[in-house]
Amino acid sequence: MTSDPKLESCALKPADIARRVAAELPDGAVVNLGIGIPTLVGNYVEAGRGVMFMAENGIIGAGPRPEPGEEDKDYINASREPITTLPGASVFGHADAFAMIRGGHIDIAIMGALQVSARGDLANWTVPGLGKGGIGGAMDLAAGAREVYAIMAHTMKDGGLKLLEECSYPLTAKRVVTKLFTDIAFIEITPDGPVLREAAEGLTTEDVQAVSEPRLLTNGPPGVLSREETP
Amino acid sequence: MVSDKVYPSSKAAIADIPDGATILLGGFGGAGIPENLLVAMADHPARDLTVVTNHAGFGERGLAVLLRQGKVKKIICSYAFHRSAFVFRELFLEGKIELEQLPQGTMAERIRAAGAGISAFYTPTGVGTQAAEGKETRTINGRDALLEHPLPGDVAIIKAHRADTTGNLTYRGTAANFNPVMATAAPLTIVEVEEIVAPGVIAPESVHTPSIYVQRVVRGEDLDLRSET
Repeated sequence: MTSDPKLESCALKPADIARRVAAELPDGAVVNLGIGIPTLVGNYVEAGRGVMFMAENGIIGAGPRPEPGEEDKDYINASREPITTLPGASVFGHADAFAMIRGGHIDIAIMGALQVSARGDLANWTVPGLGKGGIGGAMDLAAGAREVYAIMAHTMKDGGLKLLEECSYPLTAKRVVTKLFTDIAFIEITPDGPVLREAAEGLTTEDVQAVSEPRLLTNGPPGVLSREETP
Repeated sequence: MVSDKVYPSSKAAIADIPDGATILLGGFGGAGIPENLLVAMADHPARDLTVVTNHAGFGERGLAVLLRQGKVKKIICSYAFHRSAFVFRELFLEGKIELEQLPQGTMAERIRAAGAGISAFYTPTGVGTQAAEGKETRTINGRDALLEHPLPGDVAIIKAHRADTTGNLTYRGTAANFNPVMATAAPLTIVEVEEIVAPGVIAPESVHTPSIYVQRVVRGEDLDLRSET
């Protein structure tokens, strides 16, 4: 978060962001979790909601991390972490996994972002310069999932903006982000532009606008993004 | 029953891979890597190799050994610069190795196309990104898509859990990853397994990769090898 003391004191911790994203998922959705804060989202989805987690290395129905000593070398998620499987899980190879992703069978991809544009362009695989980052499954997920939820800090550590008119970093996909969750705001990307739905407790629309390049649309005062947990 | 597909050692199974070969190498995230075949490749003289694999090595073992030996002239992968791919990164920045980086699903589908006789295909993945550079773009049903071509290998070096002596394969958990699709896309598919059983032990409806895709099977010498942990 920026060096602005007001924004910093109001900013959500990763666990709070993950909890808000989890609440936004429709019951029964098939969801792919990217690396970073997205992996925390699964911790806040109650089992009774029927949300299924899919990983691009070939599993639907991934469960929580196994107890220490119970890890199985052949059961991992796309972040290389050991997993368990839930009843009803299935496993498959990459060709099938990406047929699901590219064929529109995944409801929501939740991905970390470096920059998001006013129209929902996503930049999240590399920064300018030689020898950095990797594409992985990001371009397939961004282009193929029915919806993309992006998660990022609202600004860079030096205060530089990340919600922009146009992304300056190499793109992952154009016009794909539908919902953006940051440490200070929940913003819906609509055909008319970004709509500020919620702001962190203590912040106004103007506070969020001040660190966002595109003009934020509003529909009355924003709802409140609450802080409950420290990570 | 003895089958001519079963090889006595990893070394024997890869002994005739020539200079300049394009190798499809299975594995993802540390799972489903043909570890013993990679160890044998480190002792095999073939060079100027092109390696098609998910990521550009990890740490100092496995594929990274071949990179360090200077045997690989080009990597085709979906994730090049993971912090653990420091061997590759150093060679790349010194201009000693070529890179083609592509979306993971495009890579899987290009390999699938090679195995399935598909001449080329269009996909929306990568439109408007660096992955679109130099590729034909066409609007199909109102959506832009890139023309992608098959990605065959001369050899596939893969890992399965079990084989029967005819070459039918099964995979376990999330260790299938690129292995089944790569098995289809090279005229010579060499498979490392943990167990070799007689024909019929794997029920026909349980076979994941049918035997016709498999030319050589070897039981891994050291089943505890883990190059990416």
